[in-house]
Amino acid sequence: MEIKKTGVAGTMESSDIIVRIEPKETEGVELKLESAVMQQFGRQIEKVIRETLGELGVTRAYVDAVDKGALDCTVAARTLAAAYRAAESTDYVWNGGRVK
Amino acid sequence: MSRLRRSMLFVPGNNPGMIRDAHIYGSDSIMFDLEDSVAITEKDAARFLVYKALTQLRYGSKELVVRINDLSSGLGVADLEAIVRARPDVIRLPKTDSAKDVIECEREIERIEREAGIPVGSTGMMAAIESANGVLNAKEIAFSSKRLIGIALGAEDYVTDLKTTRSPEGIELMFARGMIVNAAKAAGIMALDTVYSDVNNEEGFIAEATMIRKMGFDGKSVINPRQIAPLHAVFTPSEKDLMKAHAIMEAIAEANARGSGVASLKGKMIDKPVVARAQYLLEMAERAKTITVEEV
Repeated sequence: MEIKKTGVAGTMESSDIIVRIEPKETEGVELKLESAVMQQFGRQIEKVIRETLGELGVTRAYVDAVDKGALDCTVAARTLAAAYRAAESTDYVWNGGRVK
Repeated sequence: MSRLRRSMLFVPGNNPGMIRDAHIYGSDSIMFDLEDSVAITEKDAARFLVYKALTQLRYGSKELVVRINDLSSGLGVADLEAIVRARPDVIRLPKTDSAKDVIECEREIERIEREAGIPVGSTGMMAAIESANGVLNAKEIAFSSKRLIGIALGAEDYVTDLKTTRSPEGIELMFARGMIVNAAKAAGIMALDTVYSDVNNEEGFIAEATMIRKMGFDGKSVINPRQIAPLHAVFTPSEKDLMKAHAIMEAIAEANARGSGVASLKGKMIDKPVVARAQYLLEMAERAKTITVEEV
């Protein structure tokens, strides 16, 4: 998936996370994370964001995330929404079954 | 006996905190909403969130319902593509005006079930009736699909269609409620009442819940967790009712043992409908007890 523009998803509310994804010219995903629970869950949040982007085939992107105590499923959902928005795509994949 | 649906808690589909906590309040069903509580610009984000919650969070034995956008909005099919694959118990179709709406939605659900290798027919449906036309078509809607577990009244859109407003007494909803409960019972499915929006008026809420239970409704949608306990209290048989039901069952068992088909209790004849009602009450109480035990 190619990141074409800035895509943002999420809110600043408790239990949510804002994920901002921007285009990057060189290979690699550069991630900046800020979290209210950085010490305990920082690594896990980063893992979920990187895995989610990996599943989408995003290899070039700047990611800026501000976490307010989101569960893994929320982190994944916001990353997906931001990435699809940034890729200007609605070619969603659910459960491995590609949606036409 | 079918599942209890005394309370169905609305949870806005784009609110991660409410999605996380939805199971702790004790409602019989949880309804994740992709429709009116989600801004048009956030429909995609809510879809991802509800999809991920359904596939990754555990909600125990709670019935999980997702209200999709109606198919004519251009969003409904996209909702179904995600949500059917996430395997909720029930899809709630809003703004159902005719049997055709249900059949079209069912066709899409069936196609997705086949594509995803999900057993065909395993996704339940409920239809919310929210217009004057829909109310007049309540019977054909109730009979339109084997997947339907119930039909519901959506009052806000309905009163707008009638060009009136909601009142505490609900006089404006009498016809719709009567039609819906009767159509549902004729089709052998559940009748589910609309939300009571004034969350601070508990007295009014209890009065409305008492009335709709009396009318034959099986439960009601709630928008605030505070409404769940009083609603369950209204829909849970009282000690007095249970004692009476037990006495009826004992009297009929005694009569059967004597070889007599006729029984009486305190001078009143007990016939088949009386027994059926007593049995239903006892089953309902038993089911409520099981749910309470599970939650402890």
